[in-house]
Amino acid sequence: MSRVDRPGDPRLSARSRATAIGIVALVVAVLVGLLVGPVRIGAANVLRWLVSFGSPPPGMSEQQALILGDLRLPRVIVAGLVGASLAASGAAYQAVFRNPLADPYLLGAAAGAGLGATVAVAYGPSGALDLTVPIAAFVGALVGVGLAYGLGRSHLGGRATASLVLAGVAVASFLTAVQTFLQQQRSETLRQVYTWILGRLGTTGWDDVRLALPSIALALATLWAVRRLLDVIEVGDVEAQSLGLNVTRLRLVVVIAASLATAAAVSVAGLIGFVGLIIPHTVRLMVGGSYRSVLPLSILFGASFLILVDTLARTVVAPAEIPIGVITAFIGAPFFIAVLRRNRRVA
Amino acid sequence: MGKPLSILVASALALSLAACGSYGGSDEAQGSTGTPSSSEPSTFPVTVEGTNGQVTIERRPARIVSLSPTATEDLFAIGAGEQVLAVDDQSDYPSEAPMTELSGFEPNVEAIAGYEPDLVVFATEPGDLGTSLEGLGITALQLDAAPTLEVAYQQIEQLGVATGHAAESETLVREMRSQIDQIVAGAEPSAGLTFYYELDDTFYSVTSKTFIGQLLESLGLENIADAPGKGSGGYPQLSAEYIIESDPDLILLADTECCGQSLQTVAERPGWAELAAVTEGGVVPLDDDVASRWGPRLVDLLRQISQAAEATEANAA
Repeated sequence: MSRVDRPGDPRLSARSRATAIGIVALVVAVLVGLLVGPVRIGAANVLRWLVSFGSPPPGMSEQQALILGDLRLPRVIVAGLVGASLAASGAAYQAVFRNPLADPYLLGAAAGAGLGATVAVAYGPSGALDLTVPIAAFVGALVGVGLAYGLGRSHLGGRATASLVLAGVAVASFLTAVQTFLQQQRSETLRQVYTWILGRLGTTGWDDVRLALPSIALALATLWAVRRLLDVIEVGDVEAQSLGLNVTRLRLVVVIAASLATAAAVSVAGLIGFVGLIIPHTVRLMVGGSYRSVLPLSILFGASFLILVDTLARTVVAPAEIPIGVITAFIGAPFFIAVLRRNRRVA
Repeated sequence: MGKPLSILVASALALSLAACGSYGGSDEAQGSTGTPSSSEPSTFPVTVEGTNGQVTIERRPARIVSLSPTATEDLFAIGAGEQVLAVDDQSDYPSEAPMTELSGFEPNVEAIAGYEPDLVVFATEPGDLGTSLEGLGITALQLDAAPTLEVAYQQIEQLGVATGHAAESETLVREMRSQIDQIVAGAEPSAGLTFYYELDDTFYSVTSKTFIGQLLESLGLENIADAPGKGSGGYPQLSAEYIIESDPDLILLADTECCGQSLQTVAERPGWAELAAVTEGGVVPLDDDVASRWGPRLVDLLRQISQAAEATEANAA
């Protein structure tokens, strides 16, 4: 995979160790996600079900097979995709904006998605939570980012990133205001929109996988392809340009890809905060700042993290549920602070 | 409906008692109850008990603004509809209620005052609506969401006293009481049936601690949300896995309007098609509005559910 690293490079060993940990973490997370749930299905049964590719082994009820195949599996997959998207987009935004606080929602993706969902709930056909809302949220997120990028770019000068971030903040406030206005006009939609905003993995099915997978795969592949250039752009626009890089175009490509992934994630899972911040930073603390490793590892750890968090969301108060967005912040913040402190002591 | 006859009797009774009563305004009862109602002797001022404490009403109100859909239904059911000047944007029943742009969620005191009401009835207190109205010299009566059926009855009676329709309100309550008792008594054999009550299509439900939950419990039905909902404040979000595993006999959809749910959409959900309720006709579409209010139409709601329970039981037998 990595051609330039010489054996014996200390960073290499740290990186391969981290990659190994990441892969193990993902496998463990997927297994835990499938094994644990409000309905008890024996571990042996689940494993036998897995190796027989979803045909129920003897001794497993039709209903248990249904729960595994139609509820848990798509939910684990969507959680993994969403976690990977948010973490990778977070890392990418942090690189192109050279801002450690940048997160996937920085450029108005969240506000746009929220507005899209609200419009769909308020004015769409009833029962819109099925497919109309995710699609509207997806479009909204892209419109939000598009507006922010269009407005931010027109005042370039030497402060491209700052003006882009500021435009993002302004666009987000504006879209949120529109959303609040609509909600206030149609107060009967409040509950539905609120539920959606808190995250909605509780109703995930294969439809959501089909909806999110293409955009997320395309976006992650793009980010993966440019991951080495992110290291260059992070140094500075002028420096990157002097190395022959078309900074504006690269930034545009990265912003589009990261926003596409974010929009797809938001559309199927609602707003899940914090993943895009803590995962890339935790990865950096493990393997250093090079995006050649930060980006792939963010994908691995982001997916594992969200699968595990979602498992918590459906088991802590089982058989009731906790909104996943609540747990990511609740677990994520202390975890992140712990990692930060520990790392400071080592360094 | 069964109501008209008893209301007629009550009205006749009230009429004979109120032979000397005389008001300027006409006082016809609504079409839904169908009978001319009467007036009672002028006993104003009256004092009624609202969620906001004792409220004194000086004169028989003739310009009522209702910001509560339940209160609107109550008012029209007790024959005070003629006195209602404006209702909020959610008060969609009965259809003759004068619906306006007024909002009960985000009430604008100035807009309410613009109607020059002599009585404002509201349910939720989103700030200091009551005191603001009082400050303008407008009588405000808060009747918050009823925690029990008894409180719902009391609210109807309080509205009766407040509007000069005490006799009709007592009759209505007596009617509701006897009909609900009858439904509950008749539902006894259906004990043992389980149900899942759906508030929206993300599987929010209610426990037996809630108002509607208590009513369903009184029908002898077993609520699958009770175990998971412990300590949830009464409105837990259930996981799909749990609902499927519980395989309830009845699925009560209180999200037919908000979220467009129906037998068809339920059957299309992953893993739901095989549920007993889906295959054996136990999915009951409810009117979201009726199910979320605590007014006179509760009787119809309970009857619908108990009939569905009986049918399901007959099916199983």
